[in-house]
Amino acid sequence: MNKRIIIGGLFLAVVAIFFVYGAFEMHDFGNPESTDMDQYIIDNTQSETGADNGVTAVVFDYRGFDTLGEATVLFTAVAGVIVLFRRLKK
Amino acid sequence: MSAGMSKIVKTMSGVTFPFMVIFGLYVIIHGHLTPGGGFQGGAIVASACSMVLIAYGSVWTMKKVKEKHLSIFESLGALMFISLAFFGILLADGIFFDNFILSQTGFLFSGIGTGSGNINTAGVIPLMNIAVGLKVIAGLFAIVLVMAYATHKIKGGSKE
Amino acid sequence: MMDILGPHIPVPYIAVVGLIIIGLYAVMFKRNLIKMIIGITLIESGVNLFLITLSFREGSVAPIYTAETTPGTLMSLPVPQALTLTSIVIGVAVLALMLTLVIHIFRHYGTLDVRKIREDDN
Repeated sequence: MNKRIIIGGLFLAVVAIFFVYGAFEMHDFGNPESTDMDQYIIDNTQSETGADNGVTAVVFDYRGFDTLGEATVLFTAVAGVIVLFRRLKK
Repeated sequence: MSAGMSKIVKTMSGVTFPFMVIFGLYVIIHGHLTPGGGFQGGAIVASACSMVLIAYGSVWTMKKVKEKHLSIFESLGALMFISLAFFGILLADGIFFDNFILSQTGFLFSGIGTGSGNINTAGVIPLMNIAVGLKVIAGLFAIVLVMAYATHKIKGGSKE
Repeated sequence: MMDILGPHIPVPYIAVVGLIIIGLYAVMFKRNLIKMIIGITLIESGVNLFLITLSFREGSVAPIYTAETTPGTLMSLPVPQALTLTSIVIGVAVLALMLTLVIHIFRHYGTLDVRKIREDDN
């Protein structure tokens, strides 16, 4: 019982040290590198898609295929919940 | 959660329900002009319906709204989304997911936005917002309704 | 505002690390099934915060064209915000399925303690 707690605590401490070292070695907060694709999207949103909202244009027009996958995941979850509760209704 | 709450809670939730639904539909429709869109507005309307479910009890709500009707709504939303994507192949030279309404003049949503808040812009994006909004409303409310109705038959610690 | 705390301490990344470590502790060391599910939700929130932190530019506004923006205003990046939206919806779907299975486990075994369920199965 005590051995389990000690090994678990040691594992959590090692993971925390690795994460904190990684957090200090990342880029500065506020200066992202390599913003060419996003700058092109910001400059050409109004003329190519006609929308004023940049995030909606990215979700539905420039990257619409990811939204199709997400709609499939939502549909599968709802179908699974309804099927699993069918026997309790009778 | 099977029986409802007191009279004051039932009356006040019935009074505030239309305002929440209208605000949620406003966020869905204006998704291409202000922050928001299909997913965010759908979560707002599903919260309004869940408030009515908690105030009136799950037995009363299950008699009014069966989950067969909710699953028809959700399938309608998914079919509309997929058919809008497939029209791009037929009408615009074989590109999947193309914005085919923008290149034709005189249609309903075929303008180009200039930052002044005109709804008549942005091609196929408002129609996709409506389709995803229908899907999210029906899906989230169906999950909450089915779970609330099924747990009122379980007594604690029973083995079957 | 963050200069008060030190020369180069990145505050949002330390918050992400804190959320993930607390969530991992709840999954490993607690016995109730509902507390383990809350731990998984905490890890999910930490990852979403990390994704949206990557899209910030110093002195920028939201990427929405209004009547006051001129072509040349500094705007924050819109692509990581779209990925975070997808991740939140997938988190909701997984949470719904997990809670359904916990309801069925409680109905079958009568208890929510993980050690008692494992002994009962042996």
